[in-house]
Amino acid sequence: MKAERQKRPKASESRDLRPSTFRPSTPGGRIALFWILVSLVIGALPALGIERFPPPDFSGGHEIPETVVPASQARTQAWVDVAALALGLGLASWISLRLRSRKGLVILSIAALAYFGFWRQGCVCAIGSVQNVALGLADPGYAVPLAVIAFFSLPLIVALVWGRGFCAGVCPHGAIQELVLIKPHKVPHWLDQPLRLLPWIYLSLALLLAATGGLFIICKYDPFVGIFRMGGPRGMLLLGGGLLVLSMFVGRPYCRWLCPYGALLGLLSRVSRFRPSVTPDHCSRCRLCETACPYGAIHPPTTDEPSRDPDARPRALALVLLIPLSALLFGWLGGKVGLASVAWHPTGELASQVTMAEAGTLPEPAPDEITAWRQAGADRPALSTAVFVLEQRSLFLGRLFGAAFGVVAALHLVRVRFPQATADYVTDPADCVSCARCFTACPYERLRRGEAVNLPVEGGGRA
Amino acid sequence: MAEKDGISRREVLSGGLRGLGLLGIGTATGALATRDKRDDEVWQIDPDACIQCGLCATECVLEISAVKTVHSHGMCGYCELCTGYFEPDPINLDEGAENQLCPTGAIERTYVEHPYYEYRIIPDLCVGCGKCVKGCNMFGNGSLYLQVNHDRCVDCNRCAIASACPAEAFRLVPRPTPYLLRGKEEA
Repeated sequence: MKAERQKRPKASESRDLRPSTFRPSTPGGRIALFWILVSLVIGALPALGIERFPPPDFSGGHEIPETVVPASQARTQAWVDVAALALGLGLASWISLRLRSRKGLVILSIAALAYFGFWRQGCVCAIGSVQNVALGLADPGYAVPLAVIAFFSLPLIVALVWGRGFCAGVCPHGAIQELVLIKPHKVPHWLDQPLRLLPWIYLSLALLLAATGGLFIICKYDPFVGIFRMGGPRGMLLLGGGLLVLSMFVGRPYCRWLCPYGALLGLLSRVSRFRPSVTPDHCSRCRLCETACPYGAIHPPTTDEPSRDPDARPRALALVLLIPLSALLFGWLGGKVGLASVAWHPTGELASQVTMAEAGTLPEPAPDEITAWRQAGADRPALSTAVFVLEQRSLFLGRLFGAAFGVVAALHLVRVRFPQATADYVTDPADCVSCARCFTACPYERLRRGEAVNLPVEGGGRA
Repeated sequence: MAEKDGISRREVLSGGLRGLGLLGIGTATGALATRDKRDDEVWQIDPDACIQCGLCATECVLEISAVKTVHSHGMCGYCELCTGYFEPDPINLDEGAENQLCPTGAIERTYVEHPYYEYRIIPDLCVGCGKCVKGCNMFGNGSLYLQVNHDRCVDCNRCAIASACPAEAFRLVPRPTPYLLRGKEEA
């Protein structure tokens, strides 16, 4: 019996399925013996597509059932989501800029968290949509769903007009951090500002990986989606839990230092048509708004006369010198990262495993990827070509995104070193997430609302 | 006068950049939205590429995977000893739990006539582990295979199982025909 078994050509594949021997004492022994004989014959058949056991003709007229598959859901859900997004964006912009109501934004945040977060379980989301768009632009064969296009573009367009209303009251990631912030601690400027470059690094990397091979790291390493789904990989839940605990004491750590979409929104908000102004009319420089802002997004006055900007010249000079230099440096670095990133792609990973298998250094049992590759015909030349194409694309896109990051980093550095001249306390258009906390802190805003306030001494907040 | 010039210059610059931004977003999304192949698509498993690694049961964002076994009865051999149903080395060829490959007892085995048995998947019990599929594909006709069940699939933008699939067996297929069924095209 043993000898028979070894004659079977597919014996190596069958290790975890077939018995060592069929016990002759079992009632099915006769059938087992029959089975072994049959398996000898059928082992020679190609793996798939050929019916080893022809379907029987039933003498009793038994009817063979139809293959049942459940019907697919209607496509309406996606459009409900887009409508909710549009409505949320409108409401958030209106509440933050027109009503200037913190309470309204909190209610909107709760609604957004409930709908986009816990009900829709964090998908589809604008943060991840950048990857679809990157893949869509790089690969003409990939069709980006229209709803995803809407999720990508609507918040960006709104940011160009009214700033980051999306962050204020629509994004469930922002909402969950905003709502747990109970004891805000300020992060010093020197730490906060460099950390704000991290989202750009994350974005460049995510765009590179999405555009070269449909690897969606933003979704894979999303911290909060595990919480929305009440389950997930342990690493994801730990990261989410950790960030959530941090969010109780530090304002929106994910939005500020990780969110790749927030980086884009911030950039566009820099030129937004309307932006929140802390005071409705007069700023007495009391500094209450700066104290109230948990995100370090309010800049203190730099001068008494904003028209005389002492930094204008050095700023322009620094920009002219720094941008090309930084673009070149990071472009070069991006190319290196691009080449290194090939190893993260399924294709790159498979290629290195195949190389190891050929060298005989691959540990047994072979990984599933190798098994699948062998089953699909083990086309070595095609794999080499695929890796070569991937390397070329990764190098090019790595340089491109690296250079873009270089420009952003230079702009960022110059902006931090030479801030815009201002006589009042003003919100930073890029860093402000329109949370409306500063409004309720401003004495002149409270006066406007008809509350009884002791107006502060002029310039009282300045050291 | 110089003040006003300064302010207006800034505003003009900002307005120009805003226009540029709008143009950029408009061009990119317009190009993507008007693409020929913009049929609505959903995730599905190519049964021929699937290697039954078992990740479908664990990688789905749903607690119980949206992937379940589908049975093309027309391809089934109605074997008495079904290698998709029975453990290797079964104690008895009967429906005892100890003889079954399926960890959740999601396959119903009924006698039709000698020597044929019918096997039906109970979708509510199936967890998509693919053990039966592996057995059926290795020794049988391959009438059992895994499919994403679209009554349960939540249509993730990027399917979590697709990202983990070692065989890259996940594909996007048009929503009106969301299954890649075996035995249909041959028929």
